[in-house]
Amino acid sequence: MLRELKEELAAGASAEEKVSALFSKIKKSKLNAYNNLSEDSAFKRAREFDSAPWSGLLAGVPIAIKSCISTRGIETNCSSRILEGYIPPYDAHVIERLKEEGAIIIGKTNMDEFAMGTSTESSYFGPTRNPWDLDRVPGGSSGGSAAAVAAGEAPCALGSDTGGSIRCPASFCGIVGLKPTYGLVSRYGLVSYANSLEQIGPLTLSVEDAALVMEVIAGHDKRDSTSIKSDVAYLSGLDGGVEGLVCGVPKEYFGEGVDPEVEKAVWDAISKLEVLGASWKEVSLPHTKYALAAYYIIAMSEASSNLARFDGLRYGLRLGADQDWHTTFSEIRAVGFGPEVKRRILLGTYALSAGYYGRYYLKALKVRTLIKQDFERALSTGGAGVLVTPTMPFPAFKIGERIEDPLSLYMADVFTVPINLAGVPAISMPCGFAGGLPIGLQIIGRHFDEKTVFRAAKAFEDATPYHETVPKEVA
Amino acid sequence: MAEKDVIIGLEVHVQLNKLKSKLFCGCSTDYHDSPPNTHTCPVCLGLPGTLPVLNKRAVEYAIRVALALNCEIQGETLFYRKNYYYPDLPKAFQITQYDFPIGLGGKILIKGEDGEEKTIRITRVHMEEDPGRLVHAGTIDRAKYSMVDYNRCGMSLLEVVTEPDMRSPKEARSFLDKLRNILEYLDVFDGDLEGAMRIDSNISLVGGERVEVKNISSHKGVEKALAYEITRQRSARRRGVAQVQETRHYDELRSITVTIRTKEEAHDYRYFPEPDLVPMRIADWVPRVEAELPELPDAKRERFVSEYGIADDHAKSLTSEIRVANFYEDVAKRVSPRLAAVWIADVLKGELNYRDVSIDRFSPDHLVEILDLLEKGKITEKGAVEVIRTILDTGGDPAKVVAAKGLAKAEDDAVMDAVRSAVAECAQAVADYRSGNEKAINFIVGMVMKKTRGRADPGEANRLVKEVLDET
Repeated sequence: MLRELKEELAAGASAEEKVSALFSKIKKSKLNAYNNLSEDSAFKRAREFDSAPWSGLLAGVPIAIKSCISTRGIETNCSSRILEGYIPPYDAHVIERLKEEGAIIIGKTNMDEFAMGTSTESSYFGPTRNPWDLDRVPGGSSGGSAAAVAAGEAPCALGSDTGGSIRCPASFCGIVGLKPTYGLVSRYGLVSYANSLEQIGPLTLSVEDAALVMEVIAGHDKRDSTSIKSDVAYLSGLDGGVEGLVCGVPKEYFGEGVDPEVEKAVWDAISKLEVLGASWKEVSLPHTKYALAAYYIIAMSEASSNLARFDGLRYGLRLGADQDWHTTFSEIRAVGFGPEVKRRILLGTYALSAGYYGRYYLKALKVRTLIKQDFERALSTGGAGVLVTPTMPFPAFKIGERIEDPLSLYMADVFTVPINLAGVPAISMPCGFAGGLPIGLQIIGRHFDEKTVFRAAKAFEDATPYHETVPKEVA
Repeated sequence: MAEKDVIIGLEVHVQLNKLKSKLFCGCSTDYHDSPPNTHTCPVCLGLPGTLPVLNKRAVEYAIRVALALNCEIQGETLFYRKNYYYPDLPKAFQITQYDFPIGLGGKILIKGEDGEEKTIRITRVHMEEDPGRLVHAGTIDRAKYSMVDYNRCGMSLLEVVTEPDMRSPKEARSFLDKLRNILEYLDVFDGDLEGAMRIDSNISLVGGERVEVKNISSHKGVEKALAYEITRQRSARRRGVAQVQETRHYDELRSITVTIRTKEEAHDYRYFPEPDLVPMRIADWVPRVEAELPELPDAKRERFVSEYGIADDHAKSLTSEIRVANFYEDVAKRVSPRLAAVWIADVLKGELNYRDVSIDRFSPDHLVEILDLLEKGKITEKGAVEVIRTILDTGGDPAKVVAAKGLAKAEDDAVMDAVRSAVAECAQAVADYRSGNEKAINFIVGMVMKKTRGRADPGEANRLVKEVLDET
């Protein structure tokens, strides 16, 4: 855990040795969690730290970064061929913050191409494997970050969550992942997939670690017009317990399509919270059934516009001799994007076209408003303080099992996408195992009330052993 | 040629080039003398992960313009993405306005074809970002390659869209001149900078389809392109060829328009609200911006007439450019306002136009000095013109020019000496005058002028000759 690591470093342990151990582990790994490592800059910084240690919330702590977050001087390819070799000239806001607080960036993690996926299988650089079972997916799209943290290839990592991309892999890999409230973490430097939905968040081994990383990366940034000032002292009051907390249990998140073992583990978790002093009540989020459709229309529409800039003209993929501009960029895009990205660009382009815009995009925005209202009602003052649900309807599936059937993959996001549509925060944390695979518990909070989410998660974590179990494959 | 069957509407792109920074990033707008791609940053280059941040001052400027064009300001306004592929557009979408533009339903007055004032309605005023600039190796249709300069990319633009209220190329030009005049009064725009104003013109003949002639940067170019289009469309109609809806390019060198695309090839821009920017509630800003609005050309013209008692034509000429109006007021405070109006509107502006230079080239102090010399009878009108020309051509100040060129009006004694000797020398003319031929005096005055090498005032010389003749 980060606190112990920080104490070791403060007591004189060598950051260089820590970083070196990580790199040798990564190089021997079968997981394919990283797209590229930043060995030179990481070693340089570690040596600087060892010779003159600095202070900071993450002083000397190595961290892995999802490949869609811009890092100055370190390749940021979004697991896409079209951006292979792209080295950004600037740092994302969160990277600046990590550096200010003393962290050491060790590399960029694998992901679904441009974050479009639930399994990390759509990466141009091949799938990442789940450390609990190498034949299974780590979840996605932040699969590399989650697998790395679960397998000890990074003490902590950043991911991004557009429709579950932090929580799904956290769930499948048995670690903690937080999707913050929309607007809490600056998106400046996050390569956009669906701007109105996504947030950067932490993937860690413990709730406390997630709260610590959030203290570093959250807060207002004037370069992101959707970012908002907020009190980010998440570590204080973390151990406040759940006495008197009302947990809402949305009935739409249980039943058909949910693995019975997942359902059982989540109900056990609810009972555990009850034992710890919380109460629970059933709530309803009646528009849940429209969430997937609305989510995919909004996400694909925005994506079709966001990804139009990748033409190979200024950076990224270039193929042989240039022809006229139109031919050249068309060929680069034809070769540079994978099938899932192309599918989403085409569908999004269609949804925004004249004559369809009102029928699809505008209607999806209306649904989104209704879903947001569902959450506001369920989480209103006097109602529930948090909602408790499964993160994913099932544990990690096999590599190749669903990739040929996009719709069944889209369906897997059914419990994560409504949270992005509503903009509320949600954490996923381990709450049991099914056939040796981790099960994720999702705790959803009110807008900007990460504190209550963390407090409930910490109470549950302190009372359960799941976060201490380490995957056999890498133990 | 006011022609009833000609219908013209304009879309004018105005660069708010007096802003210090670009519309969505901190890059400087002062790029005109810089090498290509030196005024750029990750945001205006559209690098992956960057986000736009709206320049508040740009919104203020836009409100200022919309108010000056008598538009209704929308209380809440927002940005959209206009999606299309073009190499000068690094994000492959332009952030612009669509529904809820900043201003709707304005109007301005121009001088119509018949000389009367005419109202041109403004449909809307909206904000958007400027794309970069393509530099073609050769002409646009034959270039082997093109280069992109992103210095301009992300500059604040206003698009001013008119109703189809103009009936001739001249009216279109008159509208553009007036718009530029207003923009310069508002101090948001420097029309002399390259690319400051780009105009798309829509022109059709009654009953025919609309043709858009895109991206002309000079007012004169618009006038010529429209004149060409009228002729072309008329002649097509005579030959029975129906005009299709199309977009054309104006080839400035050949003074013709060529087709770019027809309606079938029109883009679907897939507009949708820009998710990285939040809606702007600007209703509260409007009263302050309105209070700070400077005096506009029409109001200034009226004030000049009433305050300085000058002719309306002079007032119009003086207010057609803010710099000239300011120059006039500076001078009018120190010499006779009427005299100043005549000399600036009728003389100085002509000399400036002839040399194609702006009024900044002439000092108001110098004009005050010149008019002062004139009023005191120290120089003649002809001499004053000579001083102005000399200063414009070779510099210097009025006193020195007058001395160097010997333009000082001759001293009265010297004139009187010349008069006496002229009367003595022109016996025949004196006799003729005395016998009743009053015109004979002109010969004597001519002699005086000759003797004084033109420095005597002719009227004064005439008076003195009479005086001498009457006393002897």
